[in-house]
Amino acid sequence: MINKIVASPAEAVAEIFDGAVVMISGFGEAGSPIELIHALIDQGAKDLTVISNNTGSGHVGLAALIAHRRVRKMICSFPRTANSKVFPELYKNGEIELELVPQGTLAERIRSGGAGIPAFYTPTSVGTPLAEGKEIREFDGQTYVMERTIRADFSLVKCKAADRYGNLVYSKTARNFGPIMCMGAETTIVQAKKIVELGELDPEAVVTPGIFVSKVVEVSNPAEESKLVAEDRRYPW
Amino acid sequence: MVTKAEKIGWSVDDMARNAAMDIPNGSYVNLGIGMPELVASHVPEGREVIYHTENGLLGMGPAPAEGQEDPELINAGKKHVTAIPGACYFHHADSFTMIRGNHIDFCVLGAFQVSEKGDLANWSTGAPGAIPAVGGAMDLVAGDIKIFVISRHTTKEGEPKIVKECTYPLTGRRVVDTIYTDLATIDVKEEGLFVRELAPGVTFDYVQERTEAKLHQYT
Repeated sequence: MINKIVASPAEAVAEIFDGAVVMISGFGEAGSPIELIHALIDQGAKDLTVISNNTGSGHVGLAALIAHRRVRKMICSFPRTANSKVFPELYKNGEIELELVPQGTLAERIRSGGAGIPAFYTPTSVGTPLAEGKEIREFDGQTYVMERTIRADFSLVKCKAADRYGNLVYSKTARNFGPIMCMGAETTIVQAKKIVELGELDPEAVVTPGIFVSKVVEVSNPAEESKLVAEDRRYPW
Repeated sequence: MVTKAEKIGWSVDDMARNAAMDIPNGSYVNLGIGMPELVASHVPEGREVIYHTENGLLGMGPAPAEGQEDPELINAGKKHVTAIPGACYFHHADSFTMIRGNHIDFCVLGAFQVSEKGDLANWSTGAPGAIPAVGGAMDLVAGDIKIFVISRHTTKEGEPKIVKECTYPLTGRRVVDTIYTDLATIDVKEEGLFVRELAPGVTFDYVQERTEAKLHQYT
């Protein structure tokens, strides 16, 4: 029997090792797997490279992981947001590395990694500081920059519902990077608001096919990051 | 002190309306954060325009009523929004395929500087110590999407924002199609910058004095 369901976030993240490359879904708080991130803080893995669109808010979730000095390097498109305090502070002090990537290039680097493509050409960032040092090539009179694919050891993803095969559906704009991050890691760990029986998810409406998912854990009442930030909560509590 | 001279020109809503008038019925449009968001309020009656937000929604509607906010339904600026009937959600690679594959028709952005060749600088002032953040700006301008810029004609200090060469780090080269400012609407052409419309009471010379790049008049 195939059963990707695990009992707890702690069990789900147990094998993440020091130095791992970890993708974390979410666009701001929407889709951020906050319980998995907190379990990772408890677990203790360090020297991580984290790929995520932002760097978290306040002192919870991804921001808390960074605050606990578990992240050596961030790969992201927008490392500051209204309530981001931790990353800007460490970055200004030279205590964390940043690889800044245009958002579409970030998405394509993740997607192509999942599709077995080592690199691709794009016009995005040509003529800007973000193309410096990269291979430039012309196709049909247009200039393109070569971008390398990213693969991760682990992806941490949040979704709305999952079954034991790992089929997933998402909630609204919380989908964002989830589906491509599921494809882009050796081990994909998903927190689902609900785990349902096989057959309950309409096969026509499954967004992430279970083949891309390794582990699923039910977190039926996930925290709302913005509320925690408004209350100035700090993890661990 | 605000003098009469500083009050001359179009309001921010006028600028948004000028841009909205240039977006035809049936267009798919991505609006940048801030002033560009106002364009949605000024689309003329009878035109159906579909708004894309790069975090995965086509058919973005206005802000929700108080108490109806959903933290999983936001726009690229991470503000709460709604979805119109007929909207759809998708993941980031699909969203940026719509952008990078030129399926979106128009994008309206803000700017720090626009050059006479249509180079755009809108993501970084390059100030030392600033945290660089680019988001989707470079993806939006890189393809064939028509790029509209909405911006005050000059900075708060009165420095020109329409310049010969951008001094801030570029978002893209030769990417801007039209600039909508409080003083004029300016088309970016191969031959240079052409003033298409002047705000009421504003002369061509008045605009040129506040523009570092050379402006041209349609003849």
